[in-house]
Amino acid sequence: MGLSEASEANILTTTYDKVFNWARRSAVWPMQFGLACCAIEMMAVIDPRHDMSRFGAEVFRASPRQSDLMLVAGTVTEKMAPIIRRLWDQMPDPKWCLAMGACATCGGPYRTYAVTQGVDRIVPVDVYVPGCPPRPEALLWGLMHLQRKIDRMTIRNPAQPTSRVVA
Amino acid sequence: MSELPEKGPETLFDLKEMELNFGPQHPSTHGVLRLKLKVDGERVLDCYPIIGYLHRGTEKLFELHPYFQNVPHTDRMDYVAAATNNLAYCGAVEKLCGLVTPPRARYIRTILCELQRISSHLLWLATHAIDIGAMTPFFYCFRERELILDLFEEYCGARLTLNCMRPGGQPHDLPLGWTDRCLEFVESFPAHVDEYEGLLTNNRIWKTRTIGIGVLPPELALDYGISGPMLRGSGVDWDLRKARPYEAYDEVEFDVPLGKNGDTYDRYLVRMAEMRQSGRIIKQCIDKLPEGPIMAKKPRVLKAPKDCEVYFSIEGPKGEIGFYIVGDGTTNPYRCHVRAPSFINLQALPDLVRNHLLADLVAIIGTTDIVLGEVDR
Amino acid sequence: MSEKDPEEAAKPAAEAGAEKGVEAKPPWLENPVVPEWIDAGEDELVLALRDSCPDAVSSAHSLEGDLSLVVTREGALAVASSLKEDLGFRYFVDAAGADYPDREERFEVVYHVYNIDTQRRVRFKIATGEEVAVPSLTGVWRGANWPEREAYDMYGILFEGHPDLTRILLWEGFNGYPLRKEFPVEGIDTGAAIYPEYYGPEQGPISGVGTGWMVPKPPEPVVEAAESDEVGAGEGEGEGEGESSA
Repeated sequence: MGLSEASEANILTTTYDKVFNWARRSAVWPMQFGLACCAIEMMAVIDPRHDMSRFGAEVFRASPRQSDLMLVAGTVTEKMAPIIRRLWDQMPDPKWCLAMGACATCGGPYRTYAVTQGVDRIVPVDVYVPGCPPRPEALLWGLMHLQRKIDRMTIRNPAQPTSRVVA
Repeated sequence: MSELPEKGPETLFDLKEMELNFGPQHPSTHGVLRLKLKVDGERVLDCYPIIGYLHRGTEKLFELHPYFQNVPHTDRMDYVAAATNNLAYCGAVEKLCGLVTPPRARYIRTILCELQRISSHLLWLATHAIDIGAMTPFFYCFRERELILDLFEEYCGARLTLNCMRPGGQPHDLPLGWTDRCLEFVESFPAHVDEYEGLLTNNRIWKTRTIGIGVLPPELALDYGISGPMLRGSGVDWDLRKARPYEAYDEVEFDVPLGKNGDTYDRYLVRMAEMRQSGRIIKQCIDKLPEGPIMAKKPRVLKAPKDCEVYFSIEGPKGEIGFYIVGDGTTNPYRCHVRAPSFINLQALPDLVRNHLLADLVAIIGTTDIVLGEVDR
Repeated sequence: MSEKDPEEAAKPAAEAGAEKGVEAKPPWLENPVVPEWIDAGEDELVLALRDSCPDAVSSAHSLEGDLSLVVTREGALAVASSLKEDLGFRYFVDAAGADYPDREERFEVVYHVYNIDTQRRVRFKIATGEEVAVPSLTGVWRGANWPEREAYDMYGILFEGHPDLTRILLWEGFNGYPLRKEFPVEGIDTGAAIYPEYYGPEQGPISGVGTGWMVPKPPEPVVEAAESDEVGAGEGEGEGEGESSA
């Protein structure tokens, strides 16, 4: 696409950016994929009290091919790691990954033979949410940070958003 | 096209059996359970569960930490029922070290455990109903579950991983006015259970999907060591709260609901009735709540006696959760094995799903009420 | 008898203490009394077992009301079926392994069973070594299946007659048995090929240093082989050969 090759920001690209980013930010579809304790709080996020749909992210898809956001909610074990990577590979671009909780971030309390010390060893992570497990509000915080990060995307450089910066 | 009839439909559709992988990423497996299925069309011929995708080495970690530091690890095994896990562990350590909990702590524990039972059953109902296709119960159940979590949060600061018990007693007393708020919840709760039951119990779709599905005969259940509502759904009157009472359960009145046929519907009814009974127990406990200390006198450094082993189990929401602890005279357990109800209950899954439809498999997984954190530990 | 023996014993004392004033302190204010092993050789259950399968029960003790038997390997099956068929212990609870490296036979398998009519629980232990198989009790209680597999997975305890003695929680190819005392908690690495397409032959997930993850290369197009013929470069050749053989 010619636009993506434009080196400088101009009125065309910035307008497109705004439209694209608005669309992407407002409908982040997470993958329905719970690993451990954090998955229960992930479910609590879509319940009536916390209601993630206020942020446009309530449509949990069971298939990785329909989702934009991988919420790694729980402990990643060595046995599970290849599967998570495979799911990540199956997700279409643009995609984001949110490491929820201490286990997904760094292995948490489980420094053992069976646990991967952080999901960032196998997939690039955009936002880390601390907690064990994080409260639903914390997950919403993480989602809002992700949305801010999406807002900084530009079609001039589509490969940019996978940089590992906490927004 | 003309060649096809030559092969004949019987050879064309010769492929009767197919292997199907179900999970580990599947919305209805309640986590990371993987099933290898042998299916004939929609019919499940055989099923081989593959577990361990959440094996975190908890039992190894138990051996490396002092007794009181292991309580947080128990939270993360059955993460929807942390209080009962805490109690089972603390009870085992108390039995090992000869600690006697004061009555007030016993009552507080009973209240917490019953609240936890309600919240666990609510989560089970929410997910089970979603699996079968009813979305609304999810929102209803989580609405009430949040109220319970608020109570927990007020007591110990956490929603899920409570860490709310210590060997010897309770870490802190109930906050001011907590019992009133708890009573308020308990009194409003039966009306909510009526609401869920109004949605499901006589619902024709629900009944068609659950009656006669996954029948577990009582003898088989005993043989497998199935416990909890799964066992009682089959009509076996076995509840550790009655059979081997612990904490304050012998001082309160409650009934043990039993099923008749051992199918998915009966287990659903048993759990619904259990929620009502839990409310009853909490009410009595609050009425009788004694004053006094909440922590037993115990040595500053808790050491188990040499060469001694105990098994202590309680009735968790999923079934009998027990801890087998071997002490060797040091501050750490020498061996700490968890008898996880989900692990044992899941064993019966192949026998339950055989010759059912694929859609019923989901209902049966839901009704076994497994938590993979506990299955894999 | 019941789980709360100490509490029950304590309660009258506490009440008495409340009545009389300061004479008797309630037990939770006393120093904890460590439970003691009591010889249970005279227990009727033990006598019945010694009757039905002589020499199988090598010792019987009880702690806090829990009967604990040590059973010989040879007599294990007889004891188990006698417990189930004659004595009514139909309800299987649990099986667990344990490791005592100092002992002559280092492993121990611990079974718990209930009699739901008398509400009694019995624990029996079978000692075994690294190479010696224990008779599997899956034929007696079906529930023993997975717990025994877990004991095999975690300790490497062998069970004779087990229908499916494979790793249950860890993956086939995991190096070592994690709950053995000498196994380091961080794991010892190696050769754990869960998914051969992702891990190389000597690679495997190594805890703490990353998973040794290897993204599978997409199969390169056949055109490459033709190109490598033209160029004749070393790397291209190797890949080209791989392609043609595959």
